[in-house]
Amino acid sequence: MKNTVNQIVEKYGSDPTRLMDILIDIQESAGYISKEAIGLLSQLLHMSQVDIEQTITFYHFFSSKPQGKYAVYLNNSPVAYMFGREAIKETLEKETGIKFGEVTADGLIGLYDTACIGMNDQEPAAIINNKIFTRLTPYRIREIVKHMREGKDMDELRNESYGDGKNNLPSLRSMVSSNIRRKGMILSDDYNSGTVTREILPKISPEAVIAEIKHSHMRGRGGAGFPTGLKWEFCRRAKGDKHYVICNADEGEPGTFKDRVILTEKPELVFEGMALAGYAIGGDEGILYLRYEYRYMKNYLYGVLQQMRDNGLLGKSISGIEGFDFDIRIQFGAGAYVCGEESALLESLEGKRGEPRDKPPFPVEKGYLGQPSIINNVETFATAVRIIQNGGEWFTQFGTDDSTGTKILSISGDCMFPGVYEVNWGFNVEDMLDMVGAYEVQAVQVGGPSGTLIGPAEFHRTLGYSDLSTGGSMIIFGKQRNLLKDVVVNFMEFFIDESCGSCSTCRNMTQVMNNKLKKILSGKGVEADLIDLKTWSKTLNASRCGLGQTAANPIVSSLKNFPHLYNELIQKDKEFDEGFDMEKSVQAACTFVGRVPNFNHH
Amino acid sequence: MSKPVIATTSLAGCFGCHMSLLDIDERILKLIELVEFNKSPVDDIKTFTKAVDIGLIEGGCCNSENVEVLKSFRKNCKILVSVGECAIMGGLPALRNGIPIEECLHEAYVGGPTVQLNKDGIMPNDDELPMLLDRVYPCHEIVKIDYYLPGCPPSADLIWEAVVALVTGDPMKLPYEVVKFD
Amino acid sequence: MSDLIKFKIDGVECMAESGKYIVEAAADNGIFIPTLCNMKGVKPKGACRICTVRINGRLMTSCTTPVTDGMEIESHSEDIQELRKSIVELLFVSGNHFCPACEKSGNCELQALGYLYQMMVPRFPYEFPLKPVDAKSAKIIKDQNRCIFCKRCIKTIKDEEGRSYFAFRNRGHKLEVVLDEEMGNKIDDATAQLAMENCPVGSILVKEKGFTVPIGKRKYDKAPIGSEIKL
Repeated sequence: MKNTVNQIVEKYGSDPTRLMDILIDIQESAGYISKEAIGLLSQLLHMSQVDIEQTITFYHFFSSKPQGKYAVYLNNSPVAYMFGREAIKETLEKETGIKFGEVTADGLIGLYDTACIGMNDQEPAAIINNKIFTRLTPYRIREIVKHMREGKDMDELRNESYGDGKNNLPSLRSMVSSNIRRKGMILSDDYNSGTVTREILPKISPEAVIAEIKHSHMRGRGGAGFPTGLKWEFCRRAKGDKHYVICNADEGEPGTFKDRVILTEKPELVFEGMALAGYAIGGDEGILYLRYEYRYMKNYLYGVLQQMRDNGLLGKSISGIEGFDFDIRIQFGAGAYVCGEESALLESLEGKRGEPRDKPPFPVEKGYLGQPSIINNVETFATAVRIIQNGGEWFTQFGTDDSTGTKILSISGDCMFPGVYEVNWGFNVEDMLDMVGAYEVQAVQVGGPSGTLIGPAEFHRTLGYSDLSTGGSMIIFGKQRNLLKDVVVNFMEFFIDESCGSCSTCRNMTQVMNNKLKKILSGKGVEADLIDLKTWSKTLNASRCGLGQTAANPIVSSLKNFPHLYNELIQKDKEFDEGFDMEKSVQAACTFVGRVPNFNHH
Repeated sequence: MSKPVIATTSLAGCFGCHMSLLDIDERILKLIELVEFNKSPVDDIKTFTKAVDIGLIEGGCCNSENVEVLKSFRKNCKILVSVGECAIMGGLPALRNGIPIEECLHEAYVGGPTVQLNKDGIMPNDDELPMLLDRVYPCHEIVKIDYYLPGCPPSADLIWEAVVALVTGDPMKLPYEVVKFD
Repeated sequence: MSDLIKFKIDGVECMAESGKYIVEAAADNGIFIPTLCNMKGVKPKGACRICTVRINGRLMTSCTTPVTDGMEIESHSEDIQELRKSIVELLFVSGNHFCPACEKSGNCELQALGYLYQMMVPRFPYEFPLKPVDAKSAKIIKDQNRCIFCKRCIKTIKDEEGRSYFAFRNRGHKLEVVLDEEMGNKIDDATAQLAMENCPVGSILVKEKGFTVPIGKRKYDKAPIGSEIKL
């Protein structure tokens, strides 16, 4: 143990800012991070034990007790439930004899819930020892558990063929499907990797790159929609010893999986975009912050990076340009939705809890390690390459005036053809539903839980930064779904679970509002509760980050667009009901002392 | 015109708030001029005998009897006031909230360090006894409460000011020192 | 001084050195903006959100935002006051704050804000979460029931090597501030005392100390929090 920890710490230069890597390595080598390991880390890194533990306990995939030789993480997003998660869960519990959150007595199997793992188009899905298992059925679960008991290795556990596209590659060997249903400039196959780096960059200055990006009017693809060219320009101008290019591949918004597909099918395009950005802002180091759920891509992506180094697309004096040095490393997260927020991501990159930072200062001034940094989405970097290849002017012909270019959508839920669709901005929801074969649609969750839930009355609306803004998550709910019970509560619990806890508002208000929602669902609601929900949600606007500010959106947007669902549930004949239930509340005490509740005495 | 009628009760409280009410000193004479008391430990009237204008509630609800009394106050009083921390948030009795009731009962009657003579582990289970609730409830989580007077106990001045304001309809004076949570 | 800048709080002309955090710049001008997690001289982390103000239509925390020339700050409007009050109430219901039985009562900043905003009852239902009291240390009691996660102890209570005695544990609604067991056992009296003083509420207590000041003479018995700032 001591040697292993020593080696791991040394591997990362005894640098506390690499604590994430250190913890991931320990977790993977021992199956958990023991008290002993924490003690050793505390000495080696000169940090108190609680200081190390505060990082460990922040991330879902770190554990301070053994997780089982096979750790099964079963996705719990609404779409997983829609496609049979309950049966999978029951089968797992029955076959292993344990409940979720437990490990079998022999330490073989552990069962865990986990938030959306980016497989919404092939649910139910689970991660077992960093490998993805999709389209699970009770039969397959029985088989997998049997194979685990037989001690089979991970490759033997998977008897399905591999998924489509590059998932077949020997370095990836993943049973995930890319499900590309519609291609545009990014997903198309007409770009030869390295064209921009080799043929264009030697001819134009960094400033010209930024000017071209600005001219394209591209805005960030992660969801916030900040103009990319402007961000790069601010960063280039900011003074610092070093400038960093960071690619946000945390993709934690439930229902989003397009970054997984881009990184599987077009990783060279993303990495080239990062190098391009490095050239533009004058940075020589790029970091891909990849969510731990996509750990299965590790070797594949390392291979792609090595290939690009071998091909001279990364490294020193790229394309013979003096001073254009650029390389990329991959930093894995460890399971925290909030790390998709750029400043929380920076904290995580520095080995800390993913608590968003106060702004100002913005990352372009003081980002990673206090240096100017740009953080862009996977899709943004990929798009930037095509802009520089064809020019900003060319790019503006796609999409609309305020939302130029294409958008890759992750579409899942009740439709015939879930998967990834690259469309021009300006696409309307009605067309989208027809495109994916969705009929009898009750609602669409646009932009994930932090976005909006819309009904048919708004299906004429278009996707774009000025109307329905989205990072790409589109979840379709058919008429048969119970929106409040199966979707809104699930999303609220997601936010409660994923809040970093730093702000008083987001830490508490989500819980308070969810309790009220549950009261309404139990039939104890009154009109005043609906007013409370609307009023109380405003307190969240005072939260530091986007997660906190939008954490009540599942309730707020369903209340706005589906008021009838709430009105049907509340008691019309009562003005006051705080949910007190006398019979229920005396039950436990009466049972314990051995008497029959009697309400006729007093 | 008849005088406004007041009723008071102490639910899961310590009667401290009633003591504080009596602490208004000589103003008690004025109070008697202003109002008439109905059901209250102050005059020992046990049941409501007429419609009441103001009900002052001390204590939260820890058992079924508290709930019944509180509900009867809501039924018979035009205005209900939660007086003191226990009525407002459960107060010290609510320190047990969050702890399973089984554990509380076991501690009180079987396992606690002061339990001496209960070898058989007998629990109070007579049908005549009020039934314990799973936790202590603030009054406003059971019935609608109109006003709140914080404090443990609320100062005599606060209670006085509030009652006078309710009776006369005059605006209430709330100097800083008067509103306290302890 | 040459780098004095002008700004406005609720229409009142103010002056301050450029780059000062709003909350301090306001105090210099005799205007009190309430805070809980903020401490003078310590790097701010807008955690409690009490000091939220509106600037250019955006809600910002005044403990973390530097004042700039010409800035117009809205701090005492009705909706901002209501927001602050609702945050105070939220903190009251999400922990177990039994003021009558608390050693810090009368000197507690959360309670003082409750007084400032005349909180008669929180608008939110009480949660009554089950939280532990950690009394393992020989010197300190860490009562999780009263913690408001301001981070002041985490940021200020460190040993000679700069290691923190306190840290967060878990996240979101399960968040806790915990004391390092090993270091907590070795903590000296002065540091323990400082930890108690830096805690705005009664979550960190030095053992065998409490109720030292009689009722009536405590910090917030007679005058509201922020009184010292008002000119």
